[in-house]
Amino acid sequence: MMRAWLTQHGFVFFLTLRRLIATPLTSLLSIIVMGIALSLPAGIYVLMQNLQAFSGQMADSPQMSLFLKLDTTQDSIEKVNQRLEENPQILSVRFIPKDAALQQLQQSSGLTDIAASLGRNPLPDAFVIHTQENTADALEQLRLTLQKWPEIEHVQFDSAWIERLNALLDLGRFAVLMLATLLSVAIIAIMFNTIRLQILTKRDEIELSKLIGATDSFIQRPFLYFGALQGLAGGATAWLIMVLAIRTFNEQLITLSQLYAIDLQLQPLTMMDSISLLLFSGWLGWLGARISVASHLWQIEPK
Amino acid sequence: MIIFKNVSKRYPDGYVALNNVDLSVASGEMVFLTGHSGAGKSTLLKLIAAIERPTSGVITISGQNIAQLKPAAIPYLRRKIGFIFQDHKLLFDRTVFDNVLLPLQISNFDHNTVAARVRAALDKVGLLKKEKAMPIALSGGERQRLCIARAVVHRPAILIADEPTGNLDVEYARDIMALFTSFNQVGVTVLIATHDASLLEDTQHRILSLKQGKLAT
Ligand SMILES: Nc1ncnc2c1ncn2[C@@H]1O[C@H](COP(=O)(O)OP(=O)(O)OP(=O)(O)O)[C@@H](O)[C@H]1O
Ligand SMILES: [Mg+2]
Repeated sequence: MMRAWLTQHGFVFFLTLRRLIATPLTSLLSIIVMGIALSLPAGIYVLMQNLQAFSGQMADSPQMSLFLKLDTTQDSIEKVNQRLEENPQILSVRFIPKDAALQQLQQSSGLTDIAASLGRNPLPDAFVIHTQENTADALEQLRLTLQKWPEIEHVQFDSAWIERLNALLDLGRFAVLMLATLLSVAIIAIMFNTIRLQILTKRDEIELSKLIGATDSFIQRPFLYFGALQGLAGGATAWLIMVLAIRTFNEQLITLSQLYAIDLQLQPLTMMDSISLLLFSGWLGWLGARISVASHLWQIEPK
Repeated sequence: MIIFKNVSKRYPDGYVALNNVDLSVASGEMVFLTGHSGAGKSTLLKLIAAIERPTSGVITISGQNIAQLKPAAIPYLRRKIGFIFQDHKLLFDRTVFDNVLLPLQISNFDHNTVAARVRAALDKVGLLKKEKAMPIALSGGERQRLCIARAVVHRPAILIADEPTGNLDVEYARDIMALFTSFNQVGVTVLIATHDASLLEDTQHRILSLKQGKLAT
């Protein structure tokens, strides 16, 4: 029984492969169209994943700068340092004396003359801290607390851009969802039509099969296989497009990252993502075929 | 084996093709069905295979009331029957071999034996040498025999032939009749519809005669 079932399905599988190969150009074109349609949302998805990882890295341990009042004494600085280090919310504390800050400013901006002409150092002593929390709320809370310390003139941290990036990512995710939905519907429609045409050209065979005792599932099976197989091939094409695109993109990025001395590389699709892509595209093809078969096969009633 | 009780068939356009038909065909019997064109021969045969459903009456095949058969059960009824259609219904996009293969494919036959079965059926009707030919390249008589091979390849209990000698000359028709007789001799119930009187001249088999949808006795 099991073996009969297997041979039956194996038979239909090869029959379907033969059908795909019998019209190579049509099949190839449909597969490419599906591949491109799928690679669009998948590509944006990969970009988003990378951006998110990037923003995660940035937001991992947010940095906060504490500028002290200009007249702060060495004693007070010690005290502040100690209190900061005792705070469990703070991961690391680094002190930047005003002289060092001035030196760095001179080096990086080339404003040696101006600084020299000022006569005295206009910059305050500062602490740079890394915090444990990275949510906007917690950071704001910490900022307010530190702001109240008498030695501290000003607390500065940059959370706005992280929030903006996250908002942008949310928007992007929504766009991917919309695009994926629309293109999925398009793929289902393409498959619906492909199967409709196949059913029309196989009308005689279907009619005869019904007349000599073929069950509905037997008649449907090759069309469903065809849909799933073509969907799978479309998904594989999309995957290939993505892999090639990411590779090319990364080659371009190498030059860029050398220029800016930072590590910029798009991470490729994960194994899970790849499998999901294939399964989803196969399912889409199957679904289009399923709907088409359901709406067309019953019309063929043998007489 | 086949029993009709008060069977009537009215087509959707209102035409009554069969009117209160009673008949019974025993297992292993060979019966001719004759009558003028439009008498309802094809209609009667189609009712047996549930290709058409009766408007009223009861049709029993091997004890099964097929008027009440669920759609899902119809394929299994049809697999018990070998049907030779009046309009042949050959598939012209595949070889003679593949045409005969189809009934085995739809009913999950063991892959190792199908080829042998197809060749046996083709051999029986004398078409073994043409297995790779396309149906378009066959003569009328050869096509008819191809239909027969396709109808018997799955060894049905009932063989139904609708005008199997349609446009064939007398000699060819006799050959084909001899084929049917040989199937009947191995126990197959055979039902043949024909308006070819010459076929019926010297037969010892029962002849049912339809006139305007009524069975004449
Ligand atoms: N699907 C249909 N719809 C309406 N009327 C039909 C249909 N099929 C057959 N008929 C009518 O029913 C009558 C019987 O048809 P049927 O095909 O059974 O005749 P027949 O005895 O097989 O004739 P022939 O010897 O020409 O094949 C005919 O008058 C035909 O016009
Ligand atoms: Mg007829």
